[in-house]
Amino acid sequence: MYRGLWRIRWFEGQVQRLAAAGEVPGFPHLSTGQEAVAVGVCAHLTRQDTLFTSHRGHGHTLAKGSDIQATFAEIIGRDGGLCRGRGGSMHLVDAANGVLGATGVVAGNLPLAAGAAWAAQAKAETTISVVFFGDGATGAGVFHETMNLAVLWKLPLLFVCENNGYAEFTSREEHSNVKHVSAFAAPYGMAAKTVDGNDLRVVHAAAGEAIKRLRSNDGPYLLECMTHRMAGHFVGDAQHYRSKEELAAMKEKCPIERLKRHLIECGVEESELDVLGEEARQEVLQAVARARAQSRPDPATVLDYVYSAPCLNGTAGSDT
Amino acid sequence: MSQTFIEILRRALDEELARDPAVHLLGEDIAAGGAFGVTNGLAQKYGSQRVRNTPISEAAIAGMATGAALCGLRPVLEIMFIDFATLAMDCLVNQSAKYRYMSGGQLAVPMVVRTQAGAAGGAAAQHSQSLEAWFTHVPGLVVVTPSSPVEAYGLLKSAIRLGDPVLFVEHKRLYAQKETLVVDAELPQIGKARVARAGTDVSVIAYSAMVRNALEAADELARSGVSVEVIDLRTLVPLDMATIAASISKTHRVVIAHEAVQSGGVGAEISARIGSELLDELDAPVTRVGCPFAPIPFAPELEKALLPGTPNIVRAVRELSG
Repeated sequence: MYRGLWRIRWFEGQVQRLAAAGEVPGFPHLSTGQEAVAVGVCAHLTRQDTLFTSHRGHGHTLAKGSDIQATFAEIIGRDGGLCRGRGGSMHLVDAANGVLGATGVVAGNLPLAAGAAWAAQAKAETTISVVFFGDGATGAGVFHETMNLAVLWKLPLLFVCENNGYAEFTSREEHSNVKHVSAFAAPYGMAAKTVDGNDLRVVHAAAGEAIKRLRSNDGPYLLECMTHRMAGHFVGDAQHYRSKEELAAMKEKCPIERLKRHLIECGVEESELDVLGEEARQEVLQAVARARAQSRPDPATVLDYVYSAPCLNGTAGSDT
Repeated sequence: MSQTFIEILRRALDEELARDPAVHLLGEDIAAGGAFGVTNGLAQKYGSQRVRNTPISEAAIAGMATGAALCGLRPVLEIMFIDFATLAMDCLVNQSAKYRYMSGGQLAVPMVVRTQAGAAGGAAAQHSQSLEAWFTHVPGLVVVTPSSPVEAYGLLKSAIRLGDPVLFVEHKRLYAQKETLVVDAELPQIGKARVARAGTDVSVIAYSAMVRNALEAADELARSGVSVEVIDLRTLVPLDMATIAASISKTHRVVIAHEAVQSGGVGAEISARIGSELLDELDAPVTRVGCPFAPIPFAPELEKALLPGTPNIVRAVRELSG
């Protein structure tokens, strides 16, 4: 899992570097500093379990086990990307691995995940569904609609809130009077817990407990992970809304540094950990190089995948 | 034995529930039959797991239907009034419509959103609209607008079996209409219009309840020697330009009629397509019949004053054929 954290960190470092160089179309959102939530939760999932993520979803996708090269290729819009260059950073889908989608509209992924959980329940499958969202999503009505429905229908759905204290550029204090997202669970009758999302061991244990309940058909669960977005809202965000002290303090809370300190205290050699970090770096760099070498999508295929059959796309006019 | 539009819809749903265990119904009050009684008795027959009541949460239930469709169910969602689809627009426009495309073909959303629309006696501004044109502007969605009970039967079954998200718009004025259903072995193909009445002088292109008005207008005009061909579009997306072209190449005059607001309506798109693809066939400008640019009023006199109907079509055809 230590290597898993580094894999995401290096991956997003490359996204940031290439975005600055103009190689990444659009505006990718990084999860730097929030990696422990992705790794700690996804460690408990099978490929068949379904995962829905948000606009900040690179980490979740990698932690679920999606191929680094295909994921990166999608983010730079290559034909060999997960979605053949149709989705990009905010719409990663890896269906074979149960990653059923990242959503660019905040809170839009919540009912989709509930629908996946409903399908599993209807087909008497043992899989669960997990949805990652930020604390900003709690401002949307559909968050509350989905919480209510998930409990009513006793869905096997894990809500994972990454509370990084910011809804885009606005701090939590400014956008909600409710400090902890887990407080929303009680009125709907849902089990919930708030944990330190930057401590991998804590996230892993709490997610394990929650998922055990889900797999025993105890209904949905809300896990709130308090974390810190070390990067801006998107690549290029100058973060004028944060103080230098706040940004400096965040480095102290870095989940990778914290896990490293703990492992060294437990007697693991620092050099061994450095090897793991370096292995992750090489793995990512090689995958990124292969992704960058891939061909770009053929413009002639731009109308593919709109409908189940091309004849349904008869609305496309002959005007030029 | 003749059956109402509502009874025939119920029969189609019943048969699809029996045929395919992946088909699930969900919506507000549907276990008790729904606001119009379409699903009466289906929860008793198939159980509350397959015919599921939901809270008044259009955004969430549209999302749940979409998520379930991604995972192998074929949900049929009832949105009680098309006016309430506004609450589900993020899901329908940003998610359902685009999933196949955004995922590069990995996933599909085989889902039907049944909803009812149109004005029918005092339902006023928030329960009477014809908003179908909005959905025709979203690539990935299919829009079906049946014009009669028999049409609704086949089109609903075809829609449920399609691999794409479908908005299925039922006109509330048609609900009590009765027809005798003769079941064909073959279901209608989504995307094929039909000639509801053959004629030689003017083509009237219509859909949903307005097809009835067009047929009434054709009867009236026939008495004064004008032969009207009525095209029932059946689906707005895909739009069957081939059937439209075949008709216009015969009549060379065309009226497009719908109850929806004329400005920015489906008629505008069809008119533009005719202008660019069939200009040489036209002997007169394309004429549109639609609702004036105002909300649907409450008082019967005002509602009647606003809504386009048979006299509007008759007038439009006379102007073209005179």
